[in-house]
Amino acid sequence: MSQLLTHTFITAFIVAWLAGAMPLMLAAVGETIGEQSGVLNLGIEGTMLVGGYFSYVAALHTHSLWLGMLAGGIMGALLTSVLVILSVWFGLNQIVIGIAVTLLGGGTTAVLFYSNYSQSTPRVPPATWNIPGLSDIPILGKSVFNQHGIFWVSILLMVVVSWLLTRTNWGLSVKAAGQKPLSLDAAGGSVMRTRSEAELLAGFFGGLGGAYLALIATSAFTPFMTAGLGYIAIIVTMLSRGKIYLVAIVALIYGLSVASGTVLQLTALNVPTDLISMLPYLVVMAMLLVFARSVYIPPALAAPYTRGAR
Amino acid sequence: MAQRERSRGKAALYLVIRSVVPIVLALVVAGILMLTIGKNPIAFYTDVFNNGVLGGNWQASAVLMTPLLLVALGLVVVFRGQLWNLGYDGQFMLAGVFVAGLAPQMMTHYPVWAVWIGLTILAVIIGASWTLIPAWLKARYGTNEIITTLVMSSIGIGLTNILVQYFFQDPTVAEPTTGTMTTAQMLPNIPGTRIHIGFIVAIVAAVVLQFVISRTSFGLRLDIFGSSTKAARHVGINSTKMIFALFIISGGLIGLAAAMDIFGQWGYMRTNWNPAYGDMVVPFVFLARLSPLGCIPFIAFYSIFSTGGIIASQDSGLSSKFLLVIVALILIFMSITEYIGTKRDLGQSYLPDELKEVLRRPFDRIASQGARR
Repeated sequence: MSQLLTHTFITAFIVAWLAGAMPLMLAAVGETIGEQSGVLNLGIEGTMLVGGYFSYVAALHTHSLWLGMLAGGIMGALLTSVLVILSVWFGLNQIVIGIAVTLLGGGTTAVLFYSNYSQSTPRVPPATWNIPGLSDIPILGKSVFNQHGIFWVSILLMVVVSWLLTRTNWGLSVKAAGQKPLSLDAAGGSVMRTRSEAELLAGFFGGLGGAYLALIATSAFTPFMTAGLGYIAIIVTMLSRGKIYLVAIVALIYGLSVASGTVLQLTALNVPTDLISMLPYLVVMAMLLVFARSVYIPPALAAPYTRGAR
Repeated sequence: MAQRERSRGKAALYLVIRSVVPIVLALVVAGILMLTIGKNPIAFYTDVFNNGVLGGNWQASAVLMTPLLLVALGLVVVFRGQLWNLGYDGQFMLAGVFVAGLAPQMMTHYPVWAVWIGLTILAVIIGASWTLIPAWLKARYGTNEIITTLVMSSIGIGLTNILVQYFFQDPTVAEPTTGTMTTAQMLPNIPGTRIHIGFIVAIVAAVVLQFVISRTSFGLRLDIFGSSTKAARHVGINSTKMIFALFIISGGLIGLAAAMDIFGQWGYMRTNWNPAYGDMVVPFVFLARLSPLGCIPFIAFYSIFSTGGIIASQDSGLSSKFLLVIVALILIFMSITEYIGTKRDLGQSYLPDELKEVLRRPFDRIASQGARR
């Protein structure tokens, strides 16, 4: 009996861990692409909410989680195009526009949700994939190896991004745009184009992060469900110095704190729920304090590039 | 001389236009958005005006304006130094919970006025202290203060809820709330109105801050620091001290806002209550060009809009979160107006070079094809 309890317990813990880490990981991968190119996307919170809402709507209408994810990603990129046009093309203050994008995303999705779904609040049916053979492994089989295909595709996408950033010419251009845009311009590349592409991809991943949160992690959308996750994604990005594997590790540490919170709630211990919801933020602040020295920001971050300006 | 007067008048008019145009554009676009989801914007805006201004409702707007203006002043100080304190919610709530939690008990032992003064000072200290870690990280390691203040804000809000439930809980009620002040224990109203005297405190704070910024050496040093940290170092301004000073003043003013709001308007605090005054204030602080006195009309406008807007959105069946969309639109149009204005002042082209090149390319291609033919 106690054996069974611990098994189910650990399984639930790993499921909660992955559910907490994956949305953050996707969003932070997006933010990393953007920041490497020198664009600070403070609007990622709004991007995630828009991604979450539209993935939810699409999944409800098409009964397909895949199409939902795709819709979330595309809408995330679409919202980010506001930032691309205003901040990348015209060089308007990235912080002000970022705040505007956050408010726009949060406000619009809340208004739409309350006018369309507040009465019914339908849920997206959860789905799992059993991988033959592997899903029979005692604990991992019921937690890791029965995750939906979206989980595996998300991980694959992150590997692809890592490859793009480190092994391709495009990745080199992105880094040049973030480090020394002048040199990219002199070498015949286009800073504007590189940053636009990077930022749209970032928006796509931000949208995916929100979609993952809505469709896979919680099976429903609620207004302002991200509750600051976008800002944590920015911190994860700053701590992981542009390396995707570090993004994954930091996001997993964060997920661990989310999961321990959930588990603490399951146990009979009388821990205040507010303390549990505060836990991830405390972990993030502790990480910031400990690793303050190694926080890395690309030199040209949040600085618009104007040709010929000194 | 007369010509100079006229050009100064023209410049002032120009400034007003540049500040008002974004708001007008945002309201128009928001109106179009309302039409697309089947609401009547004219009825909505009329409802906003009726419930925000007419029939003595302007007094409710003035009460809302008190904390908004004080938070705005707190933001003016840091924004002038090119620093971003976006942790206003945590600073506000944490300062507020100590006021609401301690006041009812203390007022049974000490005279009411002494508690007002004592707890207001405490609120200022708490608001200021919640900015210390971000300030230290910024000064020591250059860690982005936007992020650290936001995280501290989330921790502050969580801590507030815990404090209400486990330390300041009123044992006589079931809901997690602090004790409630009686009307006599709250700030008195300005005679003849329903506006508490915290409003006067806010206006006085704006005047004092305007004086400090425009007439003292600290104000000058602040502006040098804000325009260039390199120049600031050249004239011997200690950037560590400056960062701490600005964050402390900012957090302190936000703490003051919390004290005035709790003492003046609410008289108690419950869990999961967060007015989120700061988010709404940011665009108006910029529209006022970071001038403390300039904030007054803009914050007054928003207070009316918010007071009326909440009722109007209920009337029209729209979520009150629609106000967020309007604020976001104001921010966007403000940036665009500013861009166009700057380019016009400098006599520069409105399109950046690279974008022009991209736009020209298809035409060049057509032209070269034509030439070949």
